[in-house]
Amino acid sequence: MLPTVLRCVRPISTSLALSRPLAHFRPPMDPDPSRPIERSIRSKLTDALDPVHLEVHNESHMHAVPPGSESHFRVLVVSSQFEGLPLIKRHRLVNEALKKELSSCVHALSIQAKTPEQWRSDPSLAKSPPCMGGSRGDHTVEEKLKAGRE
Amino acid sequence: MNSLIRSTARCLRSGAAVYPPRQADGRVWSASARFLCASAGLQKDLGQMVKKDKVVVFMKGTPAQPMCGFSNAVVQILRMHGVDDYAAYNVLEDSELREGVKTFSNWPTIPQVYFSGEFVGGCDILLQMHQNGDLVEELKKLGISSALLEAEKESK
Repeated sequence: MLPTVLRCVRPISTSLALSRPLAHFRPPMDPDPSRPIERSIRSKLTDALDPVHLEVHNESHMHAVPPGSESHFRVLVVSSQFEGLPLIKRHRLVNEALKKELSSCVHALSIQAKTPEQWRSDPSLAKSPPCMGGSRGDHTVEEKLKAGRE
Repeated sequence: MNSLIRSTARCLRSGAAVYPPRQADGRVWSASARFLCASAGLQKDLGQMVKKDKVVVFMKGTPAQPMCGFSNAVVQILRMHGVDDYAAYNVLEDSELREGVKTFSNWPTIPQVYFSGEFVGGCDILLQMHQNGDLVEELKKLGISSALLEAEKESK
């Protein structure tokens, strides 16, 4: 099971303590065969960026979408391909790899893109801010959910 | 705030300003041409919009009432640094703007932050810049002194 730190239960706050180091042990991230989008994201990021560490977290349950959705993700990619690149270029590489998913069924993608050295000095996963319900009644999100189901 | 409303209104007007030629029976033809004209007009407007103000944010909702946690995070970060005077465009009010800005920035998600016409990134990047001190430096380049810097000076 995912650590409970990934569940946002705090009220909206102006303090942004959105990063918390996790214990060094993490449960194995076995791809779930019933989650095709998660599998696709993992596979494409692996092929494109040859990461030394990769985490793909489906955070849809934290948002105003039906249970079982694959619309909101957080990815942590550790790759030597990020060396020397500013954050924006790293994120663009990730976006490019996931272009198809982002244009079809993925509505939100949080990205952490670290070099192996950055990962060694700070092996933490950032935490997403609390949902404010914006996906509810959003027809763009509804279209993406529909695309994800097909 | 009035200038924001005017700016958004201008954007919406220009997006809808291209009326398609109609045939005698009232049918609209060349819908794709209308879309292209409208979207080309919007792309040009976006080019102006992102340069008009030092800090520009495309977000869901407004700074007073964000409608998305990620957009809210951007608003809160800017607020922490004392940046209250910026252009904020609510993409939930205009689906053409919402898609247009993604094309313009070549960036698939909202929120989107611009500093002096240059695309900075989304919520994740702004947060990391805030955490590693880069945001204070970037604001300084814009001629904006971060409130956090002022607070630090006062505490010394």
